[in-house]
Amino acid sequence: MSSAVYLSNVTAGYAHNVVFTRLSLEIGAGRFAGIVGPTGCGKTTLLKTILGTHPVFSGSVLLNGQPVDSVPPGAIGYVPQLGSVDWSFPVTVEEVIMMGLYTNRRIWPWASKEERERIHDLAHRLGIYDCLQHHIVHTSGGQRQRAFLARALINNPKLLVLDEPTSGVDIKTQHEVLHLLGDINNDGITILLTTHDLNAVASHLPWVICFNHGIVAQGKPRDIFTNEILTRTYGGDLVIVRHEGHYLIANNTPLHLTSGLS
Amino acid sequence: MEFLLEPLEYEFFRHGLLAALMVGSLCGVIGVYVILRGMSYVGHGLSHAAFGGAVVGFTLNFNFYAGAGAMGLLAALLINRITRNGKIKSDAAIGIVTTAMFALGVIIISRVRTFTQSFEAALFGNILGITGEDLLVIGLVTASTMTAMFFMYRPLLFSTFDNEAARVFGIRTGIVQLIFSMLLTLSIIASMNVVGVTMIAATLIAPAVTARMMTDSFSRMLIYSTIMGAITGVAGMYLSYILNAASGATIVLFGALLFCLSLLIKFIREKFMLRVNLHRHGDLIHTHPHGQGHGVPNDRPENGKTNADQPAQENR
Ligand SMILES: Nc1ncnc2c1ncn2[C@@H]1O[C@H](COP(=O)(O)OP(=O)(O)O)[C@@H](O)[C@H]1O
Ligand SMILES: [Mg+2]
Repeated sequence: MSSAVYLSNVTAGYAHNVVFTRLSLEIGAGRFAGIVGPTGCGKTTLLKTILGTHPVFSGSVLLNGQPVDSVPPGAIGYVPQLGSVDWSFPVTVEEVIMMGLYTNRRIWPWASKEERERIHDLAHRLGIYDCLQHHIVHTSGGQRQRAFLARALINNPKLLVLDEPTSGVDIKTQHEVLHLLGDINNDGITILLTTHDLNAVASHLPWVICFNHGIVAQGKPRDIFTNEILTRTYGGDLVIVRHEGHYLIANNTPLHLTSGLS
Repeated sequence: MEFLLEPLEYEFFRHGLLAALMVGSLCGVIGVYVILRGMSYVGHGLSHAAFGGAVVGFTLNFNFYAGAGAMGLLAALLINRITRNGKIKSDAAIGIVTTAMFALGVIIISRVRTFTQSFEAALFGNILGITGEDLLVIGLVTASTMTAMFFMYRPLLFSTFDNEAARVFGIRTGIVQLIFSMLLTLSIIASMNVVGVTMIAATLIAPAVTARMMTDSFSRMLIYSTIMGAITGVAGMYLSYILNAASGATIVLFGALLFCLSLLIKFIREKFMLRVNLHRHGDLIHTHPHGQGHGVPNDRPENGKTNADQPAQENR
């Protein structure tokens, strides 16, 4: 099995802030993996490093065996964190999906017949055909996620990267999105996502990478979700409640929200 | 009809009208990207720097446009340099750099009083002053900028909407930004003598925000804004002639008037839509107004349903 993502000894960060040092990570082709860790631990920075939009201080990043800057555009699908999208921007769902096709060399502003057919086919498959002409702000959380997913999938990428695809939507939509991603993964597309949610998201993924300014552990959730590893990832004292094959991760120090008020 | 044709007998008016038509549509196109990229203040600042440059260029006896262009470029580079380490935000850098360059122009003018008159046009716009050379410059800039924007539609839209994702999808966003800044500077310099540096920012913004009120689709907004800009330019010119007032000011006022009108229409439409929905549902529970531009992310199945009632719009 060749690796979809291969990082060796990568150090990256910002001007006065090194986020991770000498990180090595390999994600096999066809995997469905999630990077989990607390907010601010460097998940987005890691994704941007993998995508080649964030420069590395040292080390190398290979995607499908190629250096990241020589990967043809369209070979990687990317869904940004929905919280970072400007929802008042004047675009319809169809215009968002069409942006995925801007990787090709067509210079005319409008879509060709073939492009339009591809957009409509994909929209049908993802169940957002009826809202193609809607402005993005007038769509539901699930439709938004599908619109950006469609933009990422329109070039038939081998690798799909999503930043916090399940945050900011309700539990039902979270499940729909995870199911949809499972189906996409079954079609042979490698999926890498980030999440800070252990219970609703990470524990349902086939492969999890616990991350906090570096890799703490990786494996199947049931193998690596131990008190020790989660405490090292999240920094707090966490307990795992197991019940008939399900588990729930909770904070061991009870919150006293009223204590400061009296 | 007569009063529309009468001023056309004068050559100065025909020149002015043509210039205002071109500048209006040019600002309409470029203004869409200016407001969506959050560059309104950049446009305002660059025009003031260009004014300083024009004065310097004129005094040193080389071309007015060359001086304006050189100073505009210098301002852009300086702003870039000052904001690079992140300590000073770009609006502050724009404020100090471009106003200083503007002040330089003002000092020179106040010292050498003989050519005060000719720079009033550059400050407030003057329809009487459109020369053949001005028309040529405006025509060339309009044609080349519009052509470039047309063929850069895709990378420009993607990088304006979502710069990070655009890079992942292989768009050279740095080059796109550079070219756009150059086109903006060119457009500002070309518009300087028609609307005046003090009015350029509003000329850029007004048609675009009006178009934004009219549609949610980007491609339509671009077309509407161009048309709005052209109408504003032409109507502003006639107003200037009829009222015997400065052309830049009448163009800006007419643009603002159109914007108010679009706000009013949207307001009335929302009221009306609410009434229709109340009527349709027959009870008072569904009292959310439809068609709000900016909402918080939430599920709105009701809204989806009413939108689906309308015949599917075919894009283009
Ligand atoms: N543009 C930036 N400049 C400087 N520091 C940044 C920037 N973006 C993020 N950081 C810092 O890098 C660290 C990791 O951030 P990020 O990758 O966004 O974490 P996560 O996605 O896990 O929440 C944080 O400490 C954050 O403050
Ligand atoms: Mg993040």
